[in-house]
Amino acid sequence: MSHTPLILRLFHWLFMVFMLAPLVVVVLVSFTDKGYIAFPFDGASLRWYSAIWNATGFIDSFWLSLGLGIVSATAAVMFAVPAAMAIAWHRFAGREAVLGLLMSPLMIPAIVFGIALLRLFTHLGLSGSLWGLGAAHTVMVLPFVMRLVIAAATGYDHTLSQAATSLGASGWTVFRRIELPHLVPGIAGGWLIAFITSFDEVTMSLFVSSPGTTTLPVRMYNYIANTIDPLLASISSLLILVTLVLMIILDRAFGLDRILGGKA
Amino acid sequence: MAFLELHDLGKTYGDHVAVENFTLSIDKGEFVCLLGPSGCGKSTTLQMVAGFVSPTAGRIVLDGQDITNVQPNRRGLGVVFQSYALFPHMTVADNVAFGLQMRKVPKAECQAKVEEALALVQLSALARRYPKELSGGQRQRVALARAIVVKPPVLLLDEPMGALDALLRDEMQIELRELQKRIGITTIMVTHDQAEAMTLANRVVLMSNGRVQQIGAPFEMYEQPQGRFVSTFLGRANVFSGIGTSDGVTVSGRNLPSVAPGLEGAVDYIVRPEKLTFTNQDPLVGGTVKARVFLGHRWLYQVDTAIGMVELTEANLDLPSACEGDHVGLTWSADHVRVTAQGKAK
Amino acid sequence: MKGQAALPYWLAGPGVLLALAFVAIPLVLTFGLSFSPFSDQTGIGEGFTLSNYGQIVSDDYFHEIFLRTIGLAAAVTVVSLLIGVPEAYVLSRLKPTMRAISLVIVLGPLLISVIVRTLGWTILLGNDGVINNALMAIGIISQPLRLMYSFTGMVIGLVHVLVPFMVLSVWTSLQKLDPATEQAAASLGAGSSTILWRIVLPQVLPGMLSGGLIVFAMSASAFATPAIIGGRRLKIVPTAIYDEFLSYLNWPLGAALAFILLVFVLAVSLGANRYIERRFRQVFQ
Ligand SMILES: Nc1ncnc2c1ncn2[C@@H]1O[C@H](COP(=O)(O)OP(=O)(O)O)[C@@H](O)[C@H]1O
Ligand SMILES: [Mg+2]
Repeated sequence: MSHTPLILRLFHWLFMVFMLAPLVVVVLVSFTDKGYIAFPFDGASLRWYSAIWNATGFIDSFWLSLGLGIVSATAAVMFAVPAAMAIAWHRFAGREAVLGLLMSPLMIPAIVFGIALLRLFTHLGLSGSLWGLGAAHTVMVLPFVMRLVIAAATGYDHTLSQAATSLGASGWTVFRRIELPHLVPGIAGGWLIAFITSFDEVTMSLFVSSPGTTTLPVRMYNYIANTIDPLLASISSLLILVTLVLMIILDRAFGLDRILGGKA
Repeated sequence: MAFLELHDLGKTYGDHVAVENFTLSIDKGEFVCLLGPSGCGKSTTLQMVAGFVSPTAGRIVLDGQDITNVQPNRRGLGVVFQSYALFPHMTVADNVAFGLQMRKVPKAECQAKVEEALALVQLSALARRYPKELSGGQRQRVALARAIVVKPPVLLLDEPMGALDALLRDEMQIELRELQKRIGITTIMVTHDQAEAMTLANRVVLMSNGRVQQIGAPFEMYEQPQGRFVSTFLGRANVFSGIGTSDGVTVSGRNLPSVAPGLEGAVDYIVRPEKLTFTNQDPLVGGTVKARVFLGHRWLYQVDTAIGMVELTEANLDLPSACEGDHVGLTWSADHVRVTAQGKAK
Repeated sequence: MKGQAALPYWLAGPGVLLALAFVAIPLVLTFGLSFSPFSDQTGIGEGFTLSNYGQIVSDDYFHEIFLRTIGLAAAVTVVSLLIGVPEAYVLSRLKPTMRAISLVIVLGPLLISVIVRTLGWTILLGNDGVINNALMAIGIISQPLRLMYSFTGMVIGLVHVLVPFMVLSVWTSLQKLDPATEQAAASLGAGSSTILWRIVLPQVLPGMLSGGLIVFAMSASAFATPAIIGGRRLKIVPTAIYDEFLSYLNWPLGAALAFILLVFVLAVSLGANRYIERRFRQVFQ
């Protein structure tokens, strides 16, 4: 650091300001006492926080998004863990194709994914249903879990499984007592990142949710499209707070740079 | 009948032959070493016994029961891996208890057995540690304790000393030998280190290119190597190509002494360097000392002679007998010579 | 390795079926949809037609949308490179605690909803927003700059959303860099700017390229941020697709637009990935 030129250090601080500025203004605005977007310097209140409870739908949408995130992250783990074990530990015909297929939701623009699912769900009569929403989110977050579980499985020493087998363990016992514990950090990281991705997802969800099944980001998007008032800021501030907590957990447990390497 | 019998075992990967015609009978309590250069099929053989590799030919019979197609988790054999394969998320005690748990041994009995096994390998004090917190030698002892605590009929070890440094290796070899004798467990160990094999084994199985070259007690195999490969892999040896006749063996036109003539045609004439002595009277061959190397307990001479380069070692007692450049005469007794047909052991 | 040949198929089977049902089949259906005629009554007519693609190819309205999309993606990529690469370099030279904090500040926003972040930018960029007020207070400008509903605003918002990927990518290749190469160059008499230009930069080039790729592909497919900041008039391909589907209900045309976008994004990512791999394989194993 001592050799880093002053201009680079200055740049670094400007960059930090750039990254934080939109989040900081959102939090500031949420404390205003005005009825419009304003800073709380000449009048602060918590009125926009209490307004959340009276605003129609936001609370319901929050619960829906929370449940959807938990269900789809959990489902994605169920699908991804065995698949990641197959990819990491076996050489089989079609392995590359399987990997490509399971990772493909990362490559497809969310808007394309959204309309494609809308098309499918209207065919199946699932449009706007919770089932459709759950399935869509599960596939969408599958690659994130895959990536972290594959990374965890890749470093596994197979003689551990052989050692357990030689001591009399069945295939299932070897999985449960030896292999699974090795994968747990990857699974936990994958689950969290999948949950956050599902919880934040807006573009694809715009197409597969309905008035009865509106996720929180979709409701916020629709709200912004009409008006921008401090209510959104107070909701956003709560989301920032929750994310901050999750982020600290993730960073402590896995390191943000390692876990987010797979987000693109 | 032998305790463990391997009949004509073979394994091919595609058209690559890893192991071929492997036949061996092992008695109860015996310590057998599979010895050979890297890639000769030792691990494959061991893995077939353990059940992780299914043989493409042959049978494995344990105590009268054919176990060739028995799943590895039903064979009940003890295995020690080169990497030790200790479960990293379990303590030493939990590692050792694993096999007992699989056998549904009651808790109290399990604990007693774990303590007993750890005492056997002198690790009672470290029962609560995790494998990460142990040294290489300690890890190996845990692996050993984990394998023997279930009282397996056979103990299989794949290069168990491979990860240890030289000093520790010598120590662990002696310890392993003691332990094996004390509990009397039938043991097969894989190694590529001939000194280790000779230190530990009742019998050595020397392999090369997937085939057994010779089976025998270490001393017997050292003294009576059947062929060029065995003689050079096990210790040092002078090996000369010669012609066997009814009178004896001719090497480079010279008649050299040997007992039990009878082999005719192309032969290998084998004599170990420590059996050679310098002489002034009637040397069998003469030559010039090209190099003299100090080995600590011995001196090694390389002598350029009419029959080729000859190696001789002498004990480091007094001053060395010859210098580089000296002309010397060499002799040896016919009793110390092995003559084997050439090309048999390839 | 496990023995049974069928085992991996059983393990991967459920995931594969899921992905086939909810990725492959929907995409095939949409591809089919893009060849259906539009009908005023039912939305989707009977028969096969190339007219959707024909309309996109011939209509200036769509040309402008595509050009704007590519321009937006290119601008976002260039800006991200310009600020992301130096930031990754500074990060690599910070003391561990500062670095950990800075990394959280740079990467953390990736975990925060795009909607929240874009809301922040609408507050900052508006005519009566923080930036314009500040600039007018200092006296640099007398009239508010048009930042909301402008191309510049979209670029700023998207750079904020995507620059973490650039930093991450360059940061990863900086971590692989052997510090001894810098010392070696210094021992040979290179000054610090020469070291940066001739030693460090070439080694992080793959990271810059793959970061640029990610940012380009993601800006070309971004929806929420451009939709909120750009509004109805500054349309790009993703917002146009949205409108065709949900406002004009012309699904076939929307599907055709979506397919062109998909092929474009896939071609850019896969093609460029392959190029980067080939170009740098010899150098970096
Ligand atoms: N799974 C496998 N597939 C193909 N070839 C193998 C496999 N395992 C071992 N081999 C080959 O079989 C031969 C014997 O290997 P191995 O038994 O491991 O030798 P060693 O333990 O004596 O060093 C080697 O040539 C090796 O390349
Ligand atoms: Mg081996």
